[in-house]
Amino acid sequence: MARLLRAVAVLAVLVGLDLALPRFLNPYYLRVLMLCGISVILAVSLNLINGFTGQFSIGHAGFMAVGAYGSAMVSLHVGQHWAAALAGVGIPAVIAQGAALLVALLAGGALAGIAGYLVGLPSLRLRGDYLAIVTLGFGEIIRVLITNIEAVGAARGLPGIPPWTTFFWVGIGMLAVIVLSLRLANSTHGRALFAIRDDEVAAEALGVDTTRYKVLAFVLGSFFAGIAGGLFAHYNAYLHPNSFTFIKSIEVIAMVVLGGLGSVSGSVLAAIVLTILPEALRSAQEWRMVIYSLMLIILMVTRPQGLMGSREFRWPWRHRPAAPPAPAAGGGA
Amino acid sequence: MSEFLQQLINGVTLGCVYALIALGYTMVYGILRLINFAHGDVYMLGAFFGLYAARWLGAQTHPNPASALAVLLIAMAGCGLVGLIIERAAYKPVRQSSRLAALITAIGVSLLLENGGRLVFGADPKFFPQIIPATNIALGGGVTISNQQLIILGVSIALMIVLRVIVLYTRVGKAMRAVSHNHTAAAMMGISVDRIISVTFVFGSMLAAAAGVLVALENPKIEPYMGILPGLKAFVAAVLGGIGNIPGAVLGGLVMGIAEVMVVGYVSPTYRDAIAFVLLIVILLVRPAGILGTATAEKV
Repeated sequence: MARLLRAVAVLAVLVGLDLALPRFLNPYYLRVLMLCGISVILAVSLNLINGFTGQFSIGHAGFMAVGAYGSAMVSLHVGQHWAAALAGVGIPAVIAQGAALLVALLAGGALAGIAGYLVGLPSLRLRGDYLAIVTLGFGEIIRVLITNIEAVGAARGLPGIPPWTTFFWVGIGMLAVIVLSLRLANSTHGRALFAIRDDEVAAEALGVDTTRYKVLAFVLGSFFAGIAGGLFAHYNAYLHPNSFTFIKSIEVIAMVVLGGLGSVSGSVLAAIVLTILPEALRSAQEWRMVIYSLMLIILMVTRPQGLMGSREFRWPWRHRPAAPPAPAAGGGA
Repeated sequence: MSEFLQQLINGVTLGCVYALIALGYTMVYGILRLINFAHGDVYMLGAFFGLYAARWLGAQTHPNPASALAVLLIAMAGCGLVGLIIERAAYKPVRQSSRLAALITAIGVSLLLENGGRLVFGADPKFFPQIIPATNIALGGGVTISNQQLIILGVSIALMIVLRVIVLYTRVGKAMRAVSHNHTAAAMMGISVDRIISVTFVFGSMLAAAAGVLVALENPKIEPYMGILPGLKAFVAAVLGGIGNIPGAVLGGLVMGIAEVMVVGYVSPTYRDAIAFVLLIVILLVRPAGILGTATAEKV
């Protein structure tokens, strides 16, 4: 009951913010806020792969692109008509569009999840840097493919995507990936992921099905990257392959590492900081990216464990609820 | 057939450039296990240093081999210095941290060089002066090779031989090999590990600078972001040949260059950037250690 109430309360807050924000916030700040939310989803989802499972992926933009283009195509070819039809029978436009968006997001996420499954498979053979390079290659191949497929606009980009993403949906996406990550960290499955990260051979010796869990991490992480991509597509209303370059993947990695590998709250914090920072530096004009890169270097040199991380890479800071599970200390929500 | 031979010549030329850049990646990886993402940007700096050196020397108004050589050497020296500074200022402080922290630092340095370059050199493309006027030499059967391609081939092969001699037959080279095997053991044998790492960065950066100048000779449009894609591809070339393995980097570079030119010539120019990564994924799935790399068994 308490859970249900809490869920309703959270939804109510999101709806309230959804209605209030566009009225009280100037469009530019609202845009930065939305981009922050999308970055949070990306960073937390990558954290599932890099932080929790220790599988080094640097092709996250590729999964995001799959989700973005996948959901955009669903909306353009199917969703739009459904939304119009639903609105035609008297259902309020907001709900009709929301339903269509949800379908498109899930479809995009599922496509990205399938891509994650395909990329996760080589991770059974490759470790560390080699896996990183394969994911990098995958991301680039996706981008080149998109640039060459006429049906998705090729190098001209894909315009006319219905702009359905509102703060409510970004909020739902953020909540979903954060809650899932925190719950996962506390579950048997999460422990299995941590075990793989800390010592794969030992984990295998203890009976963890490392193959299954590594692929699981990839599928989950890329599913949410796809969701983030879908939200981005329906927010911008326009997609271009150049939004999903290697640099985008790097930005997301910087968020995860800066936040502290494996720390969900760290990823959230760093995603917000690293999205706002370039915007805040806009007045510095051409110095902007120079300052950004200098800060990245200085942060890594002075605080290599990330903002939230308190221990080194092999034993990163874990989110508080993930403290050793003492049965007596339990107590449900 | 003549078209194929022509493509092959172009591919080998491009491959030599990739090989020069890949050598820097592979040396640094061999010694530090670090993917030096900033390496492609050092290559970009090489082209710009060459541009300024050529202007300063007036190499364009009186093109002669001596001034062209001077341009090359100045660019190499400048980039060697940059490599040294990057290693000392950015990489050395994070050497004891996690490898990811080092990687993010490398990415930071890469962004700094690109955007700093944009600030200093300007965002619009510059044109590299013609320090050696182009001429085409017919090889018979409709196949031609330009003197610039010959210079690229000659200079890269010469540099590769010099590097091989240094690595195999000098004390520094011996120390580099020792450090790449084991830092601690090397230090116990009286090798200054820090100095050898710096030397490795200097050598790698000098080779990248040479690649930058050579490419600018043939393709004179240079801009601050020109290093990103060749850098990535050269890195892939290093992995292809077996990262950490010096002959492997050369082989990987050649394979990459030839494959890319063939795809452009016979498939479609729009796929030129994908072939590198397709090759990469195939090789990693079939032979993860790379063509010349040796698979290492995992110690438990």
